[in-house]
Amino acid sequence: MSVPLTLLGLLEREPSHGYDLKRDYDAYFGRGKPLPYGQVYATLSRLARDGMAIAGAAEPGEGPERKRYSITPVGISEVGSWLAEPAAPEPHLQTVLFAKVVLSLMLDRPAAGYLDKQRAAHLQRMRELTALKQEGNLVDIMLADHGLYHLEADLRWIDHTVARLDALRKLVQK
Amino acid sequence: MTVQIEARSITKSFGHTPALRGATISAGRGEILAIMGPSGSGKSTLLHCLAGILTPDGSEVWFAGHRLDSQNEAARSTVRRDTFGFVFQFGQLVPELTAQENVALPLLLSGIRRKQALQEAQQWFPRLELEGLENRRSGELSGGQAQRVALARGMVNRPEVLFADEPTGSLDSVSGEHVMNLLTAAAREHGTTVILVTHEARIAAYADREVIVRDGLVSSLTGAEAA
Repeated sequence: MSVPLTLLGLLEREPSHGYDLKRDYDAYFGRGKPLPYGQVYATLSRLARDGMAIAGAAEPGEGPERKRYSITPVGISEVGSWLAEPAAPEPHLQTVLFAKVVLSLMLDRPAAGYLDKQRAAHLQRMRELTALKQEGNLVDIMLADHGLYHLEADLRWIDHTVARLDALRKLVQK
Repeated sequence: MTVQIEARSITKSFGHTPALRGATISAGRGEILAIMGPSGSGKSTLLHCLAGILTPDGSEVWFAGHRLDSQNEAARSTVRRDTFGFVFQFGQLVPELTAQENVALPLLLSGIRRKQALQEAQQWFPRLELEGLENRRSGELSGGQAQRVALARGMVNRPEVLFADEPTGSLDSVSGEHVMNLLTAAAREHGTTVILVTHEARIAAYADREVIVRDGLVSSLTGAEAA
């Protein structure tokens, strides 16, 4: 995820201080990985340097730098392009899961056992995300859903692979 | 956790085709257990044996400390009617009856008077967000609404075990989630054990634990045991 473009996007709503941007970023996108203040201010400085944002005059007050930043027309155009552009689909062709299965088969180790354990670990995480959905707000629910659908895709791949282990073993043990 | 229902190494064949080849499974009181597995693996057959709908060819099914499989059909039918609830993939509502009458059906079959049965059935409509639909027939309900009516019917006699066979299989993901939220909330409130057959991992994730049926056997290395 692009932190600069996300902050720039938040800035398009209204001119804001770094503190406000960090608060909203953490609430919507941080999810357990809050953005360090240092990164927020460094990013805002770079956006200003690149002509995508303008820093207002320093305001009196305690704590870190208190400047109100505004987005420029160039910044608005940049955010618009970014939001309209599809993200690159990531096929995850070389995942750890795949490597472990193939190596297990090559070495005649129990690939099915590994896949069963992986399946259980995936489902445990899915149970946790499902429980989060019971208590969370709509933002939490949507984030949990995103995780759930990805885990479900992995699980489908695991089931599919389990059904084809014998054929795959013959292929990789040649 | 006290074992509520258990199958011990059961076998079941249809003609010469084995469906279960020594499946062992148990669920505790109040536990929500998901049975997963590929199509044709025997998971629905296992559910039907646990519920006393099918009689296994070999070994035993126990419910609340009593053998279920060795009882005659009449006795098993009484257990099913009075202590089990059922929800199936397509709801299977009786089309000639209203939604409220469908929900009341298990109570009517248990001999409860019609007025009381309908009153008890009515209480489930607000709980399952079905207010105002009491007098609709199944053809006048959406898939999600019909499945919630089926869930109300499954829970109306406050069963000790609810058997749910692909309860969201005919629904889109949002409606399916809605049904599962209501199903698990109702089951937990009443301490009902749920045996949930599903091939969808997102639905299984509502359960406390899952097992996988493959080739008529229950895989032992799944769910909480392996986590």
